[in-house]
Amino acid sequence: MAEFAADALACIRAERVVFKGLAFTLGDGGALRLTGPNGSGKSSLLRVLAGFLRPAAGRLTWDGADVTKERDAHAARLAYVGHLDAAKPVLTVAESVRFWATLYGAQKPVSAAAAALEAFDLARLADFPVRLLSSGQRRRLALTRLLAAPARLWLLDEPTTGLDTASVAQLESVIAEHRKSGGMVVLATHIDVDLPGADTLELDDFAPESALPVAEPDGLDEVAQ
Amino acid sequence: MIRALRAVIARDLRLSLRHGSDTMMVLVFFVLTVILFPFGVGSAPETLSKIAPGILWVTALLASMLALERLFATDHEDGSLEWLALSPLPLELAVLGKCFAHWLTTGLPLVVAAPVLGLLLNLDPGGTAVMIAAMAIGTPALTLIGAIGAALTLGARRGGVLLSLLVLPLYIPVLIFGVSAVDAAIFGLGAEPRLLILGGLSLFALALAPFAAAAALRQAIE
Repeated sequence: MAEFAADALACIRAERVVFKGLAFTLGDGGALRLTGPNGSGKSSLLRVLAGFLRPAAGRLTWDGADVTKERDAHAARLAYVGHLDAAKPVLTVAESVRFWATLYGAQKPVSAAAAALEAFDLARLADFPVRLLSSGQRRRLALTRLLAAPARLWLLDEPTTGLDTASVAQLESVIAEHRKSGGMVVLATHIDVDLPGADTLELDDFAPESALPVAEPDGLDEVAQ
Repeated sequence: MIRALRAVIARDLRLSLRHGSDTMMVLVFFVLTVILFPFGVGSAPETLSKIAPGILWVTALLASMLALERLFATDHEDGSLEWLALSPLPLELAVLGKCFAHWLTTGLPLVVAAPVLGLLLNLDPGGTAVMIAAMAIGTPALTLIGAIGAALTLGARRGGVLLSLLVLPLYIPVLIFGVSAVDAAIFGLGAEPRLLILGGLSLFALALAPFAAAAALRQAIE
């Protein structure tokens, strides 16, 4: 039984407090939905959870162990799909998925890639170069990475951008399958994605009272003197 | 881990072959610039012969800088860098793999083209073999040092200018020993110690660059 938890988490970007005092607990099969208006810090939170950003304050733990102190172990158990699709226009669809599968240590990259393409209905496009794909298809290609090499914790930043209803349903079933086998999902979204039993974190609840910068740039006092 | 490293190298080679532009750009720049020199300094064979090693090395340096900016920039722009950083393959090794692929597509063509352009500049035949050797030993250092600069200038506006300012001063030792090795061979002095120093520079860059560049890349994706 694994537990991914945050306590009193705060994030500062460009000397502005994005959120503070944020806390959640996520167990096996758990899902967390991040909501909030643009700029409320959903993406920043996901980047903190992925280990790209260090939290300005607070603790982020996996089974009680601080994840910021063991970044490699944390990276090994998570899959992050952000706004960008990490797709190279000149590679074919199959080559792209195979590359990520191999890089993330899939035992049989070719069959893992084929299964992942099948799940997101991209199998018939396997030999097409990525540059011919529509934006929704590219989005699905980015999501295949979730299946091509398994990870316990999925961090998804607006995964439904550009997806049609059928693809959203596909994604929902893939997520449900993942949670059934004990995986966790943190998902930032604007639209209604069906996540049965998911906790919702409204980022606006953790916004600082004033949007003014809390920290003056270092050394300003000395300059004034 | 070896498989993952091979995958990174194979992907970058494939990307480069399908684009084709980096290799062509570097080669065309190298050839065209070298051809310009006889027009500038006059076509007297003795003059050209005297400055040929210097011309070839300086031009190779500038040519190899051209493609550097794109070493990490495309991966940074399309989000691949984040995925690379999260992968089980240490980012240092991924950097090394990318540098190797980059050297194969932009450094190696310079090594191959240099002796041909040497003929054009009336390079003393006694220096040709050492020229090839010095280029083969020295160009990996150019790629590796350049990788640090490319990683540091990621996301900076006008990164290209900044990149040259950062990287060119660090190229000077390679230039000095690269040229002096060829000159030594032409004048019948031993080229070997100079080639060894050049090799030392490359090994030093090999030990340092992956760590420095990976640290800079982690900063860039913050």
